[in-house]
Amino acid sequence: MGKRVGMEVAIASAEAAALCRFDVAAVYPITPQSHVAEHLSDIVNDGRVDASFMTVESEHSAMSAAIGASATGSRVVTATSSQGLLYMSEVLPIASAMRLPIVMIIANRAVSGPINIWNDHSDIMLQRDTGWISFFAENGQEVVDMTIQAFKVGEDRRVMLPVNVNMDGFQLTHVVEPIIMPDQEEVDRFLPAYLPYATLHPDRPVSMGTLGMPDIYTESQKSKDEAIVHSIGVIREVWKEWEAQFGRKYEPIGSYRTEDADVALVTMGSMGETAEIAVDELRKQGVKAGLLKIKLWRPFPFDDLKKAVQGIRVLAVTDRAVSFGGPGGPVF
Amino acid sequence: MLEIRWHGRGGQGAVTSVELLALSAIEEGKYAQGFPSFGPERRGAPVTAFNRVDDKQIKIRSGIYRPDVVVVLDESLVALVDVAEGLKPEGILLINTTKSLEELKKNIRYDGKIATCDATAIAWKELGVPITNTTMLGALVKLTGVVKLESLDGPITERFGRIAPKNQAAAKRAFAEVSIIN
Repeated sequence: MGKRVGMEVAIASAEAAALCRFDVAAVYPITPQSHVAEHLSDIVNDGRVDASFMTVESEHSAMSAAIGASATGSRVVTATSSQGLLYMSEVLPIASAMRLPIVMIIANRAVSGPINIWNDHSDIMLQRDTGWISFFAENGQEVVDMTIQAFKVGEDRRVMLPVNVNMDGFQLTHVVEPIIMPDQEEVDRFLPAYLPYATLHPDRPVSMGTLGMPDIYTESQKSKDEAIVHSIGVIREVWKEWEAQFGRKYEPIGSYRTEDADVALVTMGSMGETAEIAVDELRKQGVKAGLLKIKLWRPFPFDDLKKAVQGIRVLAVTDRAVSFGGPGGPVF
Repeated sequence: MLEIRWHGRGGQGAVTSVELLALSAIEEGKYAQGFPSFGPERRGAPVTAFNRVDDKQIKIRSGIYRPDVVVVLDESLVALVDVAEGLKPEGILLINTTKSLEELKKNIRYDGKIATCDATAIAWKELGVPITNTTMLGALVKLTGVVKLESLDGPITERFGRIAPKNQAAAKRAFAEVSIIN
């Protein structure tokens, strides 16, 4: 089942999108996402996927093109990082309001200034409230798996929302590591063809993304919130299916050695496995330490967290973004 | 777990080296990481790149601060960078140079094993360019046994296509010619 390969994680994320047979990739390159953009372009150019690669002049255009393409019923992938994600910001809530299941691979990177190409979570945290489902991957395998899962979750008729898959810039994107790449046949079995609810078509005119007067605006926001809150049921279902078919387990909150833990570290992203080593070291010193790893950031898995923290006296929450002047980082 | 730090200059292929080594190890069924020093890359500027290789799953994703092996692709770096920084006393420092131990010791403070290989001459002869990454991979494999020499063949072929045989020949020559000088 699948093939164990050595691959750079950024390239593997593009390969995962190819396994999902995307129809359109609209991408603008930015460090450390560039290898994703380059590789998606190669995949289309080499004819490995029957798709269009749209060269756009900015990330704002990339997301706008993604929205337009998705509204016609295409399966759409895009990718960005840092300033690029911020430049998309204006269009992101439109994608979720139009209920378009675009998948975006994000190479998480700090936001200027000072100019910094390295990894933190400032970029995605500034887009936290745009109505996108957010997954956080811990290693290259999770990047691949979550990219494929993202299409299935987003396109589910009970969800119909865009999904972003977060992979730490450099810490994940630029590492060559072993990854089990699923076969095309396996992914085809897992992910059915996308059946859009409504599409833009010249022969059957519809309006999408119209004006919402005050009498409907609040209701529209509420309905979007309901949609994302309830998507957790579908996410659980999809992750169960994934586990049954591929044998790799996914949970909204991953727990490590927490059964009898007094203290636990909370991490999100690529710190997770390194933190396991720290927990092992602390256990050797007699500290009853454990670890909670947030894999699903939006919708936030409150019930899972409540269950996971039972019996733990102290939680040490790591944040990789600052909420300036706020009550602590966004995860805290 | 074996941890390796590579020193080179932008364009000399240090990043390619770590990729090729990681791919070779993974093809052998081992676990490996290959990653660059996560910075902007400029031709000619000093760069570092890293490998981890183990028989078990590798969980750690920190930088490598206490390497088991350091590989230096360009001898001019020895005077600029502390190439032995953090290198374990029982480790190996492998340098592309024709200099004697005495000369090297003027810049290097390291009491562990030092190995040298005239990779630039080998690369000129076999490849026609002074790019020493695949050559030094051969030397590294001889010293450490981190992978089998023939395990480099697949990744080198995939990476270099038509000029792969030349790179394989360079690796083999370095495998034969590298020597520990202290």
